[in-house]
Amino acid sequence: MRTAISRLSLVEPRSLRHALRLMRDEAGLVPLAGCTDLYVALNDGALRATRFLNLWPIEELRVIEPRGPVLFIGALATYSSLIRSADVRRWLPMLVSAAREVGGRQVQNRGTLGGNIANGSPAGDTLPVLAAAEATVVLGSATGTRRVPFTAFYKGYRTTVMRADELILGIEVPEVEGRQWFCKVGTRGAQAISKVVMAAVRAPHPRVALGSVAPTVVRVPKTEAALTGGASVDDARTILMSEIAPIDDIRSTAAYRRHVAGVLLGRFWEQTAAGRPVY
Amino acid sequence: MKGARKAHATRATAVVGHPVRRKDGLDKVTGAARYIDDLVLPGLLYGTTIRSTIPRGEIASVHLDFDTTGFTIVSARDIPGKNVVSLIEADQPSLADGRVEHVGEAILLLAHADKERLLDVRVSIDYRPASPVFEPELSPTTFKEITIAKGDLGRGFAEADLVVEGEYRTGHQEHLYIETNGVLAVPGDGGITVHGSLQCPYYVHRALCELLSLPERKVRVIQTETGGGFGGKEDYPSVLAGHAALLALKSGRPVKMVYDRAEDMFATTKRHPAIVRHRTGVTRDGHLTAIDIEVLLDGGAYVTLSPVVLSRGLLHATGPYRCDHVRVHGRVVKTNTPPNGAFRGFGAPQTQFAAEVHMDRIGEQLGLDPIQVRERNALRPGDTMATGQRIEANGGALRVLREAARRTRFRQRRRALRGTDRGLGVALFFHGAGFTGSGEVKLRSKATLELTRRGVRVGVTATEIGQGARTVLAQIVATALGIPYEHVEMPPADTSLAPDSGPTVASRTTMIVGRLLELAARDLKRRLRGRTPAESWRAHGPISVTKEYTPPPGLTWDEEQYVGDAYGTWAWACDVAEVELDRDTGIVRPLRITSVADIGRVIHPVMARGQMEGGTAQAVGYALTEEVVMRDGRMANAQLTNYLIPTTADTPEIDVVFVERPYRNGAFGAKGVGELPMDGGAPAIVNALRSLGADVRAVPATPERVLDALSKG
Amino acid sequence: MRFTLNGRTVDVRAHPMKRLLDVLREDCHLTGTKEGCGEGECGACTVLVDGEAVNACLVPFAQVRGARVTTIEGLRGRRRLQEAFVEHGGAQCGICTPGMIVAAAALGRRPNLDDIKTGLAGNLCRCTGYSGIYRAIEAAAVPLRPARRRGARGKRR
Repeated sequence: MRTAISRLSLVEPRSLRHALRLMRDEAGLVPLAGCTDLYVALNDGALRATRFLNLWPIEELRVIEPRGPVLFIGALATYSSLIRSADVRRWLPMLVSAAREVGGRQVQNRGTLGGNIANGSPAGDTLPVLAAAEATVVLGSATGTRRVPFTAFYKGYRTTVMRADELILGIEVPEVEGRQWFCKVGTRGAQAISKVVMAAVRAPHPRVALGSVAPTVVRVPKTEAALTGGASVDDARTILMSEIAPIDDIRSTAAYRRHVAGVLLGRFWEQTAAGRPVY
Repeated sequence: MKGARKAHATRATAVVGHPVRRKDGLDKVTGAARYIDDLVLPGLLYGTTIRSTIPRGEIASVHLDFDTTGFTIVSARDIPGKNVVSLIEADQPSLADGRVEHVGEAILLLAHADKERLLDVRVSIDYRPASPVFEPELSPTTFKEITIAKGDLGRGFAEADLVVEGEYRTGHQEHLYIETNGVLAVPGDGGITVHGSLQCPYYVHRALCELLSLPERKVRVIQTETGGGFGGKEDYPSVLAGHAALLALKSGRPVKMVYDRAEDMFATTKRHPAIVRHRTGVTRDGHLTAIDIEVLLDGGAYVTLSPVVLSRGLLHATGPYRCDHVRVHGRVVKTNTPPNGAFRGFGAPQTQFAAEVHMDRIGEQLGLDPIQVRERNALRPGDTMATGQRIEANGGALRVLREAARRTRFRQRRRALRGTDRGLGVALFFHGAGFTGSGEVKLRSKATLELTRRGVRVGVTATEIGQGARTVLAQIVATALGIPYEHVEMPPADTSLAPDSGPTVASRTTMIVGRLLELAARDLKRRLRGRTPAESWRAHGPISVTKEYTPPPGLTWDEEQYVGDAYGTWAWACDVAEVELDRDTGIVRPLRITSVADIGRVIHPVMARGQMEGGTAQAVGYALTEEVVMRDGRMANAQLTNYLIPTTADTPEIDVVFVERPYRNGAFGAKGVGELPMDGGAPAIVNALRSLGADVRAVPATPERVLDALSKG
Repeated sequence: MRFTLNGRTVDVRAHPMKRLLDVLREDCHLTGTKEGCGEGECGACTVLVDGEAVNACLVPFAQVRGARVTTIEGLRGRRRLQEAFVEHGGAQCGICTPGMIVAAAALGRRPNLDDIKTGLAGNLCRCTGYSGIYRAIEAAAVPLRPARRRGARGKRR
């Protein structure tokens, strides 16, 4: 431990409403979900906050249920609960695939969808799924609720459009028309950060989203337009490789990421062709 | 033979060869086993280390910019004895004194009773940087140079029909024992007691005596239950123990220093990176006529064990093959990076990686399959090695090669896999057991047996580090003495209670220390004259027997010329690896590794198999995913999330088969096993990749490198 | 703060943001759970919280209020699993073993090899290569009760 725990404090809200009032009244309060990133961020010096808000006991944030035209997934749904949920398996099987790829079982039992979204890592495994599914982020505050399309949620590297007084309540996933596809190329067989991760939907207007190839999760509209317009997968691949901006880092190289993104696009296209079962 | 063994199993005493219950098993599976961080004492202080942030230069000034109340502070000036970490040379200071040679070098030590106060420490250091050397090929400083020569290279090349050249590279590897380095130093009685997670209590003892200027009887080193070593706790604990002891002596309080994972990865020793160049003459029908090898090892900033790593690396560099004309030349050099040290295999995994990939390439160029080319050249009884050592009647590499080829149906399987994304690769390898040359003689290891009321107590400072030493040594004693295994007591390794049995390294513990205990037990048995220990105790009281190492007759070694019997005996093995390659992403899935090994007599079948399986898994990591990313002389990926050892999802099925060819001078015929598996896994995997068209010549073969290799092919 | 620890209700005073790992080791004096990395990567600190395996190095103490926490010391009825680890080479140096056994205990009574590999992907072992661990878990699997045999006339014996 490289953090002085005695200098930290934790606020325990009595309810969601209480939590939202606390977020409004206290600047700099950091909400805590499953905490799978917390101590690493504190020890790294990446997180300098000292006051935290414990969301963990708030049961209504764990709910997973269909609500009319959308599936609502509460911010505190853990990866394990996503994997077990019959509703998620039916509506968004590519989210189940993504959840299985996160960490090991221990991390899956504690890490949450809300945490993955709020963290905003460009490598977050669920984020391309939500982008390809065109989910909506439901934000709550003491003054009410607002909805932000997931594809408009990030302004830049680990930066969201959330106000300081807002909490992620959950996401709403519309029915996804088309065949879903997900693939993560990690640094090893399990417990791996992605080198490239892709989620996609095969539909008349295909949707393709990637992680680890830009400062945030991205959709690739030019590539999608090409596929919609009937371009060959080789041509679409060429467009894709110039539409993304991967970098060299400690885990991989820009050249490798660019190449593999193209490979994944080809696999998506081939594996979701008519008559081929995916899920 | 099997029937006879079964009969023995009903007698509780003849337990060599049987899977007796681990001595420490129950404690480990219930959480009762106590490791260093589990120990607390009243009045404990926690220590921390201030380290250099530059790779080379002079220290101009050191400022403490924090409230130092309650802190104990130690610098080089506080060292009572010699400011040195005793090992081979006296070049590594315990604390930097005026200059630093690598990032992470220890400069200042601090201790406080409140762990949190250590987080307030702010030390600013002004340096006068000097220009560092990071590339071994550019290093102006050679720690050690060795040449092994046999026959006449010129003649050898003249006899060749073809010359095959190649360059092969291996990188650093981090031990990643799941328990980090840690010690607890307790001052008292004008001396010091150090408890620690360590492999070699007497190495630490010697280092402390010199650092603290204390007589031997005033220093006591006790090994606590150790959560993995792999060589990473052979030499490094002397550094850490010295630091904790300095703080303990200055403060008069017990001091615990346990590294967190990041510090352990960043600051402690790693495997020596290597560049190995082969130039080999071969006849058209596949016989080696000339072997010319150049080895360059990166030693890091201080000598530590580099001369011996080089030695072992060179002695294994030809691979287990015969050739009349050999020259192996190697250097280990200094770079301004954290010093490298012992790691399972100790130079042999590096040079045998090169030898085995090179052998495959030789076969390719001659149109011989990997088994054929090895069969033609494998050492056989009566052949001589590069140092002139003659292979004994039941030795050599052929047996394990043939058994591995047969068991895996290598040729058929290889044919069946042609054109698919699965490949098969082989590696034939060997590992000398015990210390090199005259090393065991110099060590003069000792082992003691003391009679107790119930049985015996073993007095050795060989350490249990997971490999099963505690259990295996007790089996040997029980069997040789003819008493139940449960009546053999194995106390913790403690320098005040047991003599120096030599370090727990070099695959020597079962073979050499076990042999000393076997002899001591036979001696004791004679003295008991048919009485049980209890009866003898009642009649005569305590008896103690000590045995000291004497070399087997007929072994000769010339340290100057590097000629003679490099090791008392050799273990032999052959790995066959099957892998699956995704040609578009470069991702390699190792599916299965079959390992056929001759380690002499197998004392404990479960433990021995565990060594082969665990070592092979480490070799898989070495081959594919374990990369130490160095930037400006520092490890840039010192987190478990970025330094990747195999998980369950990355480890293949491992099939181990033992071929027992007993070694006359080893305990009950045992040779050594600990390091052997580290030598073969990586080349077997890389050779499988090469069969799929990826001409890889370096490890780790990351997906990026594999794709590169495929595109060039 | 009250929670259930190894089957007993306890009330432990510790900072709410202290890691559960440190509370167990320091305040509850249960040192069986180990720290291997502090990053949630090695699983040596695995404990069960409400029956689910978690990394204790990542859990703030406050978040186990009212929960059932089980450590290696409290593993009841899994003696068979622990014995199997001893017998089949599932433990060598032993430092990963408590976390490994707790994680294995959460896999159910008869996991197949794929279940074991997936379920233990978050537990690193450097000594065994995992083979001995698989053998131990498979050996410990509670055998299916043998079907009752029927006699020649189809009657149950």
